[in-house]
Amino acid sequence: MKNPLNPDLSLAGSCIVMDAVAINKAIRRIAHEIVEQHPSAANVVLAGIPTRGTEIARRLADHIEQIEGRRPYLGSVDVSMHRDDLATRSRITTLQETNLPMDLDGRPLVLVDDVFFTGRTCRAALDAITSFGRPSTIRLAVLIDRGHRELPIRADYVGKNLPTSLNEKIRVRLEPLDGIPDSVSIVTAP
Amino acid sequence: MSTWNKKDLVGLDALTAEEITHLLDTAMAFKGVGERNLKKVPALRGKTLVNFFVEPSTRTRTSFEIAAMRLSADVVNITATASSLQKGETLKDTALNLQALRADIIVLRHSSPGSSNFLSERLNSSIINAGDGAHEHPTQGLLDIFTIREKFGRIEGLNVAIIGDILFSRVARSNIFGLLKLGANVTLVGPSTLVPKRFEKLGVKVRHHIDDILESADVVNLLRIQHERQRKEYFPGLGEYISLFGLTKLRAARLSPSCLIMHPGPINRGVEIDSDVADSSQSVILDQVTNGIAVRMAVLYSCAGGAGIPA
Repeated sequence: MKNPLNPDLSLAGSCIVMDAVAINKAIRRIAHEIVEQHPSAANVVLAGIPTRGTEIARRLADHIEQIEGRRPYLGSVDVSMHRDDLATRSRITTLQETNLPMDLDGRPLVLVDDVFFTGRTCRAALDAITSFGRPSTIRLAVLIDRGHRELPIRADYVGKNLPTSLNEKIRVRLEPLDGIPDSVSIVTAP
Repeated sequence: MSTWNKKDLVGLDALTAEEITHLLDTAMAFKGVGERNLKKVPALRGKTLVNFFVEPSTRTRTSFEIAAMRLSADVVNITATASSLQKGETLKDTALNLQALRADIIVLRHSSPGSSNFLSERLNSSIINAGDGAHEHPTQGLLDIFTIREKFGRIEGLNVAIIGDILFSRVARSNIFGLLKLGANVTLVGPSTLVPKRFEKLGVKVRHHIDDILESADVVNLLRIQHERQRKEYFPGLGEYISLFGLTKLRAARLSPSCLIMHPGPINRGVEIDSDVADSSQSVILDQVTNGIAVRMAVLYSCAGGAGIPA
């Protein structure tokens, strides 16, 4: 039996924990928190981690523009070339372009990703960002925090805390990228 | 999003269109690295790359060296004169020794066609072909295709003319294989001794007059006349070659204004290309050199991660 919201998953093994409305509310709340903590929110650089982090960053930028009247800088950071596990992977996915402003020095940066798990992607992203410049602050915004950190890194803005076990997977689907309505679901490995 | 799961790059003939597109897209991301303040990423930290060049080369070797350094790999250069091949050791034994020294990636240039393939089947190290005889020079083919795609945004449907000594050219073969897979129309131009009709079996057109292709070409790729490989029976003589196949100012004026002029270097000014034409705004010869680094970074990165090189 197919799940209509998530055709690539059978209904038996998956459970939807956020729908499009809940995702939109969470992103809007994070936008408000970013505006609250950054006196000049339009000066902020939002850096999404491809592919879904970039889409969430774009939505955050839309909300911040509505709140503040000015749009923050929207960029992206592909962290693959900064990861420390190249030799242990068996296949390589095509790299996405990294796009950050040249004048990163002294500007506040918010790193955006969909699922926060071991913290290793974030560590690689911090490394990537330092090769571009020295932001005044770097904060982390994530849609889902599923726990199981392997590094001393924490998120500053969290859409939803979702305690998981290691044999579960979090599937984030965003309509512009996946062609099906927005959703977050937990998939249990058989 | 496409994926890559090979440890070696032997030639473009052995790749699918998707794999070639993966390398080109990944090279786009690495081109950005070359434009940053800090032109170095840690992807190959702790890996050793050996540039094993049994034929002389400066620019390809330097380009691989820069690419490897930007990926944080350690680089060792071995050239023919310094190698024990001169003392009678076989290619396989030399390469096994490099592997025993824990070389993770071996970039090989060798005069024998198939030498890269030979080593790739026998070694666990990644083997990157940097030119094997007249067979293939895949990274040159990729950087040519990357440069064309960068300027036109596509490869499909473009008319690409490759002019010169096709018979002895590995650059031409890699270009032909890659361009055809991505849907370009390829025409080979040169004297019948150096561009035999039988090349048409590959799916390209063969022309023996440069004037036939000038108006319709989107790209003209001029190959260097390899004086070191020419024999009298093949080559018509310099003056005759220039008058029949040289891209003179007069001929360049007949090209479409958007036509790209390419050359894998080193150029022989006044032979295959007029000096002024090489410096004209249509010439992308130096873009090719810059793009070569990004393309080689993409190749090294993909092969190092594609099959899990031994620790």
